[in-house]
Amino acid sequence: MNLFLESFFNFQIMSEASPLLIRGLGTTAMLCAVVIPLGLIGGLTVALMALSSNTWLRWSIIALIDLFRAVPPLVLLIFIYSGLPFAGIELSPFTAVCVGFFLNNSAYYAEIYRAGIESVGVGQMEAARSTGLKNIQAMVYVILPQATRNVLPDLLSNTIEVVKLTSIASVVALQELLYSADMARSVTYNSSPIVMAAGIYLLILWPVVRMLSKLEHKVGH
Amino acid sequence: MNSSQTVSRWDLFVETFFSQRLIDEYSGAIAEGVLITCEIALLVVVTGIALGLLLAMLRSYRFLPFNVLVLCLVDILRSLPPLVLILLAYFGLPAIGFSMSGFVVLWLVLSLILAAFAEEIFWAGILSIRRGQWEAARSTGLGHTQTIVYVIIPQAVRMTVAPLTNRTIAITKNTALGTVIGVGEILNQASTAQSFSGNATPLMMGAIAYIILFIPVVAVGRWIETRFAWRRI
Repeated sequence: MNLFLESFFNFQIMSEASPLLIRGLGTTAMLCAVVIPLGLIGGLTVALMALSSNTWLRWSIIALIDLFRAVPPLVLLIFIYSGLPFAGIELSPFTAVCVGFFLNNSAYYAEIYRAGIESVGVGQMEAARSTGLKNIQAMVYVILPQATRNVLPDLLSNTIEVVKLTSIASVVALQELLYSADMARSVTYNSSPIVMAAGIYLLILWPVVRMLSKLEHKVGH
Repeated sequence: MNSSQTVSRWDLFVETFFSQRLIDEYSGAIAEGVLITCEIALLVVVTGIALGLLLAMLRSYRFLPFNVLVLCLVDILRSLPPLVLILLAYFGLPAIGFSMSGFVVLWLVLSLILAAFAEEIFWAGILSIRRGQWEAARSTGLGHTQTIVYVIIPQAVRMTVAPLTNRTIAITKNTALGTVIGVGEILNQASTAQSFSGNATPLMMGAIAYIILFIPVVAVGRWIETRFAWRRI
């Protein structure tokens, strides 16, 4: 038992590592503040393009969505970070993560928006158009508000996944929360800093996961 | 002049990302990675879904302490990034005498995470079955366990197919995280080959391997989503 506490809940090591972890948390927060809005905007744009009446555009967008859903985010990130420099495109870890997340998240958010838009009845569009609204106005004022409400649990669920996914930025040496914790671990030969990082993720995400569960059950009934 | 310049740029691009020599040299390693990725993915899908279904069924007995325990465990597994759990299991557990290979760690961690998500999805499915079904089944003389196995689960599973497929695909792609703890899956083989050869071709091969492996899966997921769309009762 003592060995367990010593290895995973060593408070002395935790307190020594905490300034490092708090700085890491700051980077994680900044990363989220950039990639979540980027993904939401990218996803909405892609979803609208995927609904286009132009068959060519529609199918190439759907192919792109599936392509970026098929490649694991870490593979995409490593390709951008260590593959592109060979082609003369060198990006900082932060930029590489932002680009990779933008491509990956846009595909996922786009699928959610698309499902949402399709869940709104055709009659809504026709009614809106018949009141004299233009196509774009009908989309913005009538369809999208209803679509967003219908897929709110999915949007929230995907956003939780994005926040969790920022941890893979540690692989390309971006000093976010998990990178900082792992650095502290390798210096102290003790896993307590990672337990601490886990605690921080839990503190932030557990309430959101609970909220999501409530929301899902409410919509489901 | 101009055209010869574009040709040489094209050659440079091909040499950087599609070098024939390196493709020949490393296709064996990538193939080995594909095999390991498939092995872990299949293991994770089987154990994760089976465990999730088992937990959801046990939860229907509504034994409070057990349910609170399951709920906490599921919430924790849904809140933590997989990479955190992988690092914790791989580097932390040996300190208290549990040494596992990277392969086993990856399999266990991803299975537990899939089980947590699957439990929630199955539980939502079980809850969506109307009370009348329970009452009717029980009144024919079936016990609780028989009711779950023969009446509730077959109906609930149908509704869980679409969300479960998407979640399973997402978690299976996390096998790439194994590269961090030295599991020789596709990404690991590709990055090792890349650092040996100083060329981006192996990474491109790895990415293409993933695309070939997962595009059909994503397409099937898309088909299932329309075929088994969640019908609200």
